[in-house]
Order: sequence, then structure tokens, then C-alpha cells
Amino acid sequence: MAALARVPWGPIILVAAFFVPVVGSRFYVFLANDIVIWALFATSLNLLVGVTGLVSFGHAAYFGIGAYTTGLLMKKLAVPFLLAFPAAALVAGGFALVFGFFCVRLTRIYFAMLTLAFAQIVWAICFKWNEVTGGEQGMPEIPYPDFDRIAALPLVGGWRTSEYFYFLTVIMVALCLWLLRRIVGSPFGRMLTTVRENAERAEFIGVNVRRYELAAFVLAGAFAGLAGGLFGIFNRGVFPDFAYWTKSSEVLIMTLLGGMGTFYGPALGALVLILLNQQITSYTEYWPFVLGVILVVLLFVFPGGLAGAAQAAVRRLGSARRA
Amino acid sequence: MPDLSFVFAQSLSGLTAAMFLFLIASGLSLIFGVLRVLNFAHGTFYMLGAYAAYQFVQWLGVGGGKFWLAALGAALAVAALGGLVELLLFRHLYGKEELYQLLFTYALVLILSDGAKMIWGTQQKSVSRPPGLTGASTLFGATIPHYNLFILLLGPAIALAVWFVLQRTRVGRFIRAAALDRETLGALGVNVNALYTWVFVIASFLGGLGGALISPMRATTPGMDTEIIVEAFVVVVIGGLGSFWGTFLGALIYGQVLSFGILFFPRFSIFAVFALMAGVLIIRPWGLLGRPLK
Repeated sequence: MAALARVPWGPIILVAAFFVPVVGSRFYVFLANDIVIWALFATSLNLLVGVTGLVSFGHAAYFGIGAYTTGLLMKKLAVPFLLAFPAAALVAGGFALVFGFFCVRLTRIYFAMLTLAFAQIVWAICFKWNEVTGGEQGMPEIPYPDFDRIAALPLVGGWRTSEYFYFLTVIMVALCLWLLRRIVGSPFGRMLTTVRENAERAEFIGVNVRRYELAAFVLAGAFAGLAGGLFGIFNRGVFPDFAYWTKSSEVLIMTLLGGMGTFYGPALGALVLILLNQQITSYTEYWPFVLGVILVVLLFVFPGGLAGAAQAAVRRLGSARRA
Repeated sequence: MPDLSFVFAQSLSGLTAAMFLFLIASGLSLIFGVLRVLNFAHGTFYMLGAYAAYQFVQWLGVGGGKFWLAALGAALAVAALGGLVELLLFRHLYGKEELYQLLFTYALVLILSDGAKMIWGTQQKSVSRPPGLTGASTLFGATIPHYNLFILLLGPAIALAVWFVLQRTRVGRFIRAAALDRETLGALGVNVNALYTWVFVIASFLGGLGGALISPMRATTPGMDTEIIVEAFVVVVIGGLGSFWGTFLGALIYGQVLSFGILFFPRFSIFAVFALMAGVLIIRPWGLLGRPLK
């Protein structure tokens, strides 16, 4: 079993992701693109909820801010993607710094409530500020990045624009996940876990808990902003409900479904949830009902999520073999 | 400056909205006060109250006091549902992490609101006003429907009734004791589990009643639950999570901010409400009339 853990899953999945447009139809590329972006969104939330132990109910705010930032820059100011994309992290991270400054001063339920309040403020502004955000109607027709020069190159030419965008998404998300993994594994990341496990003790040994929590909040917001920036382009439009509270709970469900205790759990949750959604909506229109039932089963039977259940199964297998 | 009759009409409409918000938010606050859980499904109980009232009116008709029978029946049905959910499912999550409890109540939102969609469809349902309250009066140059005036009287009456139950009855005393220290209460021999079920029943009754009473004023539609629950959060946060009169005050403030916000800054009235919520949380996280949590 230990051999399974030593397989370099990250690179294998990355290569596999590149083959989706080769073997799959347009529809599967669309689905894979959706999954990859949500995987980043869910992993960014896990930095807060799973790693640092801060339950945010307003993570969609930063997703929405990132989506509007990239969307506005590319559509209204014709800024190239390579500038408009990092801008999403910058702006979302900036807002996370301001909001987070107040949020980390509160604990537990009050923390969750304040993140929710800030997210609803973002939503209300996006919803009403017609001149800039397009208000309730949102902002349709976000352009794709310019792939003309890449398409002209030998060997990589001949794909559709949406497929180029998919490749780009995979590269960007892989980069972000690699960075997030480095962050979680670094001494800084270990300290976040210490804060989660026992904030009081961390305080005693001289850790500035609030500053660590704020740093986690800003990083999580910035990566959520990047996910939002990609999603706006992928979705061909940015809408106020990107920041609505139900989006925040959707991404929380993904994180929980995959398992908060592991790094790749939330990404797995995104994969499973989106595939399930696609399968179930082809049978019935009552997807929320099914999702609710899944969630209840999960909470009662597999509180560790899919990754947690898999780990437990592997452990049981291992001990059975030894016996 | 708009003329005075308009200001008067706005403030009355804010007050009417506040009475409904109070009905819903008081149940939310009650559950939080005792169980320390924010019940996302509370808005869905409100929506189910509205649908149930519609259904009962379809069966009974509205005339001859039957609307009131329908509203009461709807509230009781929702109360029974709330009690069942607590008894069969929620009870098993008490020892677990807060996040699991929150997500469970969100799962209830998904299941119950989709269930309502299966039963009543996506078309909006409306209930006509009970006869006797269909008219309107002119007060200070503003036209006020009689049903709204009735709600303005009923709201404080219900607040007093709930307050009376909490202050003067045995169950009420236990509920207040449980909010302060549930372990000691259990050690004193009170059946805390049964008490939790009662809290859910009473809270769901209030939510369902709010939904039933609003059905003649606003059409019942899917999605009204996720909208109202955030508003109820704002109200309980402003007043103080778990504080009864705080919830009443929060509802009054919310109603006025929203209706005058619409008057003076039509574009940013929702913004103002959430900014108020954030402001209260930053300055006084336990709310205007609440107590800091231990």
C-alpha cells in the first residue's frame, strides 16, 4: 500500500488532463475545464477550513472579485490575459486582506457570520453597480485570451479556441496547486496547522496567531480569485451570483465531500460532484435534492469525506493483510 | 425631500417587514441560543409554511375564518416537521464539529426546498387576503392595507406571547437555563434531549407561522427561503445571537434601514443592510442586546 502512496499522482493526473481533448469530445473538454477550475477554488478554501481551521461562509466573494477583475480588464480595457489573470489574485487578495483583517479578530460562528456579511456586500455591489459590473444582468461575452500566436506555432496548432483555453487552464491550475502544496508543506503551513490544532498553545509559544490566520485568509482569497478569473472566461460571462452565499456553500460541500484532511481531497470532491451533477441532471431535474441526500449520508457515514474513507479503507486492507 | 405621507408609508412598510422578520428570526435565534447552531433550514421552514398555507386554503377556502385555520394548520405542520427532523437526524450530530451541523442544515435546505418544488412546482402561488381584511385605509395621506395593519398589531402580540412562554412557563424556564448551561441543567435531572426537540418545534412553528401569514401579501415562490435566511441572519446578528428582544430590535432596525435605504439610496439599500451587519460584528460581535459568548 505504501507503494501506492509513492506513485507521483500529481504529474500523472496532469498528463492525463492534457489528453482529455485528444481522446474526448468537446463536451468532455468542457466538463474537464469546469472540474479543473473548481478544483482550484475548493483547494483554496481548504487552506482556510482544512489547514487553518477557519470556517468561511463567504469564500465566493473572492471568486467573484477575481472573476470581475479579469473579466473587466479583458473585456472593457482589452488587457491581455497574462496581465489580467494575475490581477485577479492581486485584487481578490487585497480585498481578502481588508476583510480578513476584521474577520480574524472574531472566533468560530462570528467569524463565519462576518465572512458571510462581507461576501453579501460584494454580491450587493456587483448586483447593483450597473455602470461597472453590469448589475443584475452581469457581464456577458468575456473574450478568450488571444491564442493566434500559439496556434501559428508548429506541432501545437489546430485546436479550437476553447481547447486552447482548456490547456491554459490546466497549466495555470497545476501551477497554483503546486504553489499551494508548497505553502501547506512549508514551515509556514505547519504553523497554520498548529494554529488549527491549538490556537491558545500557539499563542503561548509566541506565535502571532491572528497574523498567521490573516496570511492564510489572504492566500486563500488570492487563489480563489485566480479560480474566479479563469471561471469568468470559461463561463463566457461574469454574474453577481458568483459571489452569492449559495456559491460559498457549494464549494464548502465540495471540500467536505472530498475530505478536508487531505491536500487533494477538495479537488477530488470537485471532480466527483461535477461528474455526479452531470450524470444525475440527465435523469432528473431535482439535482439539489440528490445533492442534499448525498450530503446527509456523507455527514453521517463518511465524515472524513471520500479521501478520508479511501484512507480508512486502505488502512483496513493493510492491517488485514498483515494479520 | 419626499413628502411626509410618503415617509410615513415607507416607515409603516418597514415596520410590517420587521414583524415578519421578527417571527422568522426569533426562531433562528432561539435555536442558536440553546443549541449554538445556525439553522440554515429555518428559511426553508418559513417557505414551507407559506406553501402549506396555500395548500390548506386550497382545501378549505378562505372565508369564515378558514384562512386563520389554514395559517395555524400550516404552522403546526411545519412545527411537526421541525420536531421530526431534530428527533430523527439532527440529534445525532450534537457531539460533532460545528461545520458538520451547519452543513447538515444546508443539506436540509437542498432537500426540503427541492421537495417543495416537486410538490408545488416552480409557478408562484398566491393566497387571497382573508375577508374582512381586504380593504385599505388612508392614514396621514398614505394608503395602508388593513392586512398590514393587522400584522402590525399581531407582531408585537406574538412577541409578547413568546416572551411569556419563555419567562413564565416551565418549558420556557428550562429553555433559558439550557441557553446558559446545558450540562448543569442535565445534571439537575432535566431531560435535555426532549427540551431540544421542543426548541426545534417552537422555532419551526414561528418560522412556519411567518410564512403562512406572509402568503396573502407576497406570492410564494421557490428561492424565497435562501433569500429570507440571509435577512434573518442579519437581524439576529444586529440584535445579538440568542437574544430575544435583541431580535425584535434587530428586525425593527432592518425594516427601517431597508425601506428608507430604498427611498434615499435606491441602488445601495441591500448594501447598507449588509454593511450594518458587518459593522455590528466588527464593533460588538455579540450584537446590540446580546451577551458575549463564554
